[in-house]
Amino acid sequence: MNARVAKLRRAGGRAGHAAILVFFVTFLAFPFYWMLITTFKTTQDLQNTEHNPYLFHDPPTLHHLAVLFEDTQFLQWLVNTGLVGIAVVVITLLLAVPAGYALARMTGPWGQTLGVAIFLTYLVPPTILFIPFSRIIAMLGLQDSLWSLVLVYPSFTVPFCTWLLMGFFKAIPRDLEDAAMIDGLSRFGAFVKVVMPISVAGLLTAVIFAFTLVTQEFVYGVTFITSSSSYTVSVGVPTFLVRGDVYFWGSMMGACLIASVPIAIIYNFFVDRFVAGFTVGAVK
Amino acid sequence: MTEAAFKSVAAAQRAPTGFLGRLADNDRWLVRAMLAPAILYIALLVGFPFLLSLWYSLTNVTVASPTMQFVGLENFRRIIESGTFWLSLWNTVVITLVSQLLVIVFAHFLAMALVADFRGKWLVRLLILLPWVAPISLGSIGWLWIFDSIYSIINWTARALGLFDPTFWPIWLGQPELAKASIIIVNVWRITPLATIIILAGLTSIPQDIHDAAAVDGAGFWRHQFQITAPLILPITLVALLFGIIFTFTDMIVVFVLTRGGPYDTTQVIASWAYFTGIQGGDLAGGAAISLFLFPVLVAVAIMFLWFAKRAEVT
Repeated sequence: MNARVAKLRRAGGRAGHAAILVFFVTFLAFPFYWMLITTFKTTQDLQNTEHNPYLFHDPPTLHHLAVLFEDTQFLQWLVNTGLVGIAVVVITLLLAVPAGYALARMTGPWGQTLGVAIFLTYLVPPTILFIPFSRIIAMLGLQDSLWSLVLVYPSFTVPFCTWLLMGFFKAIPRDLEDAAMIDGLSRFGAFVKVVMPISVAGLLTAVIFAFTLVTQEFVYGVTFITSSSSYTVSVGVPTFLVRGDVYFWGSMMGACLIASVPIAIIYNFFVDRFVAGFTVGAVK
Repeated sequence: MTEAAFKSVAAAQRAPTGFLGRLADNDRWLVRAMLAPAILYIALLVGFPFLLSLWYSLTNVTVASPTMQFVGLENFRRIIESGTFWLSLWNTVVITLVSQLLVIVFAHFLAMALVADFRGKWLVRLLILLPWVAPISLGSIGWLWIFDSIYSIINWTARALGLFDPTFWPIWLGQPELAKASIIIVNVWRITPLATIIILAGLTSIPQDIHDAAAVDGAGFWRHQFQITAPLILPITLVALLFGIIFTFTDMIVVFVLTRGGPYDTTQVIASWAYFTGIQGGDLAGGAAISLFLFPVLVAVAIMFLWFAKRAEVT
């Protein structure tokens, strides 16, 4: 009797577990599934309200993707995003790697306080800074130029990556550098020749994170850039493809999928490190 | 010989030459030299614009004007007297509180379901992370299509399942209350993944001994959840909540893409209203003053974070 109750309870637990997962996967992933369906449906099929929208009534079509790549500047936006991303990643690494190492090896309460202070600047949102920036960018003559984004985006990638790298460098035992210094390297030499080579995973995390932040950014992009050929993907698709009375839903959904899924797959491999960065030492 | 003595002997043998050589080996100055570029960049690109925004809010600067005049608190007086301000503030607070409450509840359930190992876990994790990693503006466009006035898949499905009356066809983004609900849904959708993985990190850090001890003592499922697990992951839940509040409170993208603040400014939030006033309307001073109303919440959250950082240092 008791064993039967326990068995029932276990089955109930499993069913509950599955139900929770099904509910959340549906809620969170449905918009992407819906993008996928919409991308490959013909326009007549999309606009016929008699049809069951979950099914294909006309055979799947590549028409919307062809429109996206041939008749819009989508490809240009992808290239722009890539270029800005690479430039921002380089600037971020140049600034955040030395800063993260210096903070990790700074002794006393100063290091921690300064680290937290730098991290807090990451929380200052673009929606507070974009108005003064719009005038600064105009004065520098960088409106409509991708350089405006290259200049401003490190203002949020550097603080987070510095914090992320600080945690990473702290985990490397000091003995390694001490040994290298006894062998005749300077402190800086030990950093470059001993610490950097074993920090590849941490550096890669910073690269992925900075690049992801660039692809996600919208507020500065929509503020500084007005000509469609200089848009990044996250700005171009919602502002340029939505304007006017005609919504090219198929092409828009295709654009959203292409611009978000590959990054999500890469990000997935590094997510535990980001969590470590986000949780500010609350997990021990 | 001690390690320090070893080092000094090594340093003496090396005898660094030139300014850079000496810098490379002087810890105090090296630290400063390595920190300075990052701090300078942040000061110039976060600190300076912030001060400029304070200054703009006290002037009458516009996009076109080459000069500006000090007008004192005139902009703030104008904002506080405007009905749109109070509506935006109310919307921002309601959207943030309701969405983050739902996020915390959802994230707990989902994190608990993800602690156990099961087949296909990596795929589930990838799928639930998508809303967080995808650019918000693009995710919001997906929702724009889901909430479409004619082709809304929600309405179609609900009608097909008999949940909606044949005459009932809500226009999600066209009615103020429904539009606000839509914005909340998209914010919940976007922040839930982040909160889930943060809380999941908290759950996996609880030592198994504690669960075992509770099981031996005969704690049931709910008692275990509320008296053992919940208090242990309270700090990390707060961290997830703080990030959720910051990202939702200061966001303008969801509103920008879904409703542009409409119908008739009824779904405007502080950040989007600052954009429409300052950038599209060209009233930089007004826009700067509006966006400064985001600042008190930011300060409050920053203080909470400092408190956490201190706590983490002590333990």
